[in-house]
Amino acid sequence: MTHHRSSSPLIPPITRRGFVAGAGSLTLSFALSGRAAAQSEESGVVDQTAELPGSLSKAPFLDSWIRIAADGAITVFTGKAELGQGIRTALHQIAAEMLGVDPQRIELLTADTDATPNEGYTAASHSMEESGSAIMNAAAEVRAILVQRAAERLGVDAETLRVEDGVVIGGPEDLAYNMLVDGETLHVRYEGRGRKPDPATYKIMGTPFPRTDIPAKLTGAPAYVQDLRLPGMVHARVIRPPVSGARLAEFDQAAVEAMPGVMAVVRNGNYLAVVASGEYQAVEAKRAAEGAARWTGGIALPERSEIYDRLQASAAEETVIHETDAGSGFPVKRLKARYTRPFQMHSSIGPSCAVGLFEDGRLTVWTHTQGVYPDRKAIAELLSMEENAVRLIHMPGAGCYGHNGADDAAADAALIATALPGRPVRVQWMREDEHLWEPYGSAMVVEASAGLAADGTIADWTYDVWSYPHSTRPGGAGNLIAGNLVADPFRLAPPTNIPQPAGGGDRNAVPPYDIPGARVTKHFVTDMTLRVSALRGLGAFMNVFSLESFVDELAEAAGADPVAFRLAMLDDPRAGDVVTAAATDFGWDGWTAPAPGFGRGFAYARYKNLAAYCAVAIELQVTPETGAIRIHRAVSSVDSGQIVNPNGVRNQIEGGIVQSASWTLFEEVLYSPDRIESRDWSAYPILRFDAVPASVRVRPIDRPGEPFLGTGECAQGPTAAAIANAVRDATGVRIRDLPYSPKRLQTALRETEFS
Amino acid sequence: MVAMTVNGKSVSVDADPETPLLYVLRNELELNGAKFGCGLGQCGACTVLVDGKAAISCLLPLAALEGRAITTLEGLGTAEAPGPVQAAFIEEQAAQCGYCIPGMIMRMAGLLAETPEPDDEEIRAALQPNLCRCGTHMRILRAARRAAGRPSEEDNFAFAGSGQNVGGTSS
Ligand code: FES
Ligand code: FES
Repeated sequence: MTHHRSSSPLIPPITRRGFVAGAGSLTLSFALSGRAAAQSEESGVVDQTAELPGSLSKAPFLDSWIRIAADGAITVFTGKAELGQGIRTALHQIAAEMLGVDPQRIELLTADTDATPNEGYTAASHSMEESGSAIMNAAAEVRAILVQRAAERLGVDAETLRVEDGVVIGGPEDLAYNMLVDGETLHVRYEGRGRKPDPATYKIMGTPFPRTDIPAKLTGAPAYVQDLRLPGMVHARVIRPPVSGARLAEFDQAAVEAMPGVMAVVRNGNYLAVVASGEYQAVEAKRAAEGAARWTGGIALPERSEIYDRLQASAAEETVIHETDAGSGFPVKRLKARYTRPFQMHSSIGPSCAVGLFEDGRLTVWTHTQGVYPDRKAIAELLSMEENAVRLIHMPGAGCYGHNGADDAAADAALIATALPGRPVRVQWMREDEHLWEPYGSAMVVEASAGLAADGTIADWTYDVWSYPHSTRPGGAGNLIAGNLVADPFRLAPPTNIPQPAGGGDRNAVPPYDIPGARVTKHFVTDMTLRVSALRGLGAFMNVFSLESFVDELAEAAGADPVAFRLAMLDDPRAGDVVTAAATDFGWDGWTAPAPGFGRGFAYARYKNLAAYCAVAIELQVTPETGAIRIHRAVSSVDSGQIVNPNGVRNQIEGGIVQSASWTLFEEVLYSPDRIESRDWSAYPILRFDAVPASVRVRPIDRPGEPFLGTGECAQGPTAAAIANAVRDATGVRIRDLPYSPKRLQTALRETEFS
Repeated sequence: MVAMTVNGKSVSVDADPETPLLYVLRNELELNGAKFGCGLGQCGACTVLVDGKAAISCLLPLAALEGRAITTLEGLGTAEAPGPVQAAFIEEQAAQCGYCIPGMIMRMAGLLAETPEPDDEEIRAALQPNLCRCGTHMRILRAARRAAGRPSEEDNFAFAGSGQNVGGTSS
């Protein structure tokens, strides 16, 4: 069909103040090496020179990160994206502190393949460690270089000079930064010349600097990719098969094309989309197209009741990831337990959206992807285009919490835009597109067994975890829904195991405690039954839930206090500090139930066993008649290294606790052999305001001068286990299957009553 | 053609009368405040005020709005001069991704118009139709209290039916 072309819509050229692509400044080269290659599984980028701080190893030139224009404008670049975690503000603070300038004078540009360094995915709580460290060190070096230049020009010792708001002072003449740079000054490799100021002197880092993006978002300024309106823009909707693998057997295209406003029907194999001039016309065309399409075949899903047995029976790659020598204690008591976690969703509050524009052989996609570079590579492959003819620009979307529909929506916009050259095309997924087609967090099973010695210590420990993959991110075009649906489909690359120490399904499967006779095995099942990928924390949520539930079971069997039992097995003083802080703030010692049905629970983990430390204590109340759980208090402490923004840390932990409470209490993807049933919020309930805790308290523990450890994912696991342990304390019932739905709780309580 | 008032200005909209208000606001009127979340009345992201009462704009057909007064997030204030509810949310830094927050703010504006001094139970009940996926709820409740004129010293948000909060023994 022909589509109406408006009189050559004029798209304003995409320009950014003060930015001129310096030749060679973004030249990157990669080399694979063992450890670095492992890292790439999750963040998507490989270290070239691992000894440089953070992402400087990927982009070692200072002007990849910081540019100072002749007019004094300072631009800082990050390859990471603002996902609602506040990274933009934290990076802004770091740059201002290290450069010694007022934050107002800095413009921060985030992920854009034409402008910023390739920092892979904004994921795995790596942004502070990678981008934060890079900007911190690059900025410190820029400042040192400029102070040195000033010293040379003034003929004084650099030690006698200091910086105040971007001006080098203390010499015979004050010299502003822009008087000290020319085109090439900062086009030099990072060498570590800069001395970072003493953390005790920080004025901007370490303060609760208000988020720079909040006022616009709360007053309706265009802030999200959903708000992007380009001249001549048209609206698209996608029509997906009813079940994965189904073929489009018949489709009455003419009927849809005849609808008001419809400009194009894009059909390519089993890929189907409609484009209309008005947005609601596109919605109506989608509904009509769904009725006009007949699909056959498709992959049968398992029975939900059989998923865990099926997971454990599947062919698996088995790895023993942790073993310790037998101890001297002889087990006199043995405990065994099996824990399960269903498929769970990211379920962004705003369904995925992207805008694509194909013009003069070049494609631009505005997207809320977590990885502009990896997604660009997949999209270029999908369209058989050169990567450098494709530009991806990140714009915020609704929070994603991992690999949701963002990359796929970007691919939709790209594919549809190439069918309508010169036209900006906005693709907005409907609610069911997101619920049914986002990749879920994997279903998992844990089996644990341990012996207790006569003295109440753990004598041996066996722990097995079964999981589907935790990353199917692009990758190639086969990792995109569109790539699987087009006439000449791309195949999903075989998902790979994310190795220890970070781990995927086995993330945090290794106990943080000093336990003899331990053996931990990962069973990695690649035969996915439902589409799965990275959901905040990956396997850590399930492993910490299981491990910290089991430690509580052992403490109880040993007649020990759960906090004391843990402290006795923790060697790392920073671990001890968060445990003690949370227990103290909660009032653990001497706690008594304020009313019937109350219980308390505690849990601890160090995320990935190498990142942030987090302890959570929970007080809750169970209503036996309804099985409803009310969380009265959640008290937490967190150590994620040097704190850049204490309010940002609190925001992430508060949010992590509430979101994890929702996963723990309510969430499970529903499906039957012929379809996924959780197509909207009624079939995938999440926490609402009636279940919000009465109080959440977070104590961030600052570690001045210590490396950034990242904060975004560390509360997920401890919250789940603290809830589990508190429910046991409140009711005497130990529930080992997620979620703790009212129905499950009611049933469990009734069973104990009659047993 | 449907004539209505949006943020105090008279507008006439020429669109299919079945078009939900949300699409009219976002496209014809180019307002960003009301967000698309579900289109099903399940999440509250699209909440606006219709004649001063909070309403879900994704289910309201244009045809039903003749002569009505609509207020969106933009009608409450600007980044430079935020309205009182917006100011309370900014003060509490009550946002992660922020996508759900416009709906929360409109819900609170609607509640305060009817009940100038809501207690915690009334706040929870008013916000019940709205979902937040980032888990920003504690800050939203703190901002709601602040907007209601009683900023929190400490969280202790009463549950429905509890009369008052049953707190723990310490903290
Ligand atoms: S978008 Fe209207 S209720 Fe969800
Ligand atoms: S702040 Fe992200 S959904 Fe509420």
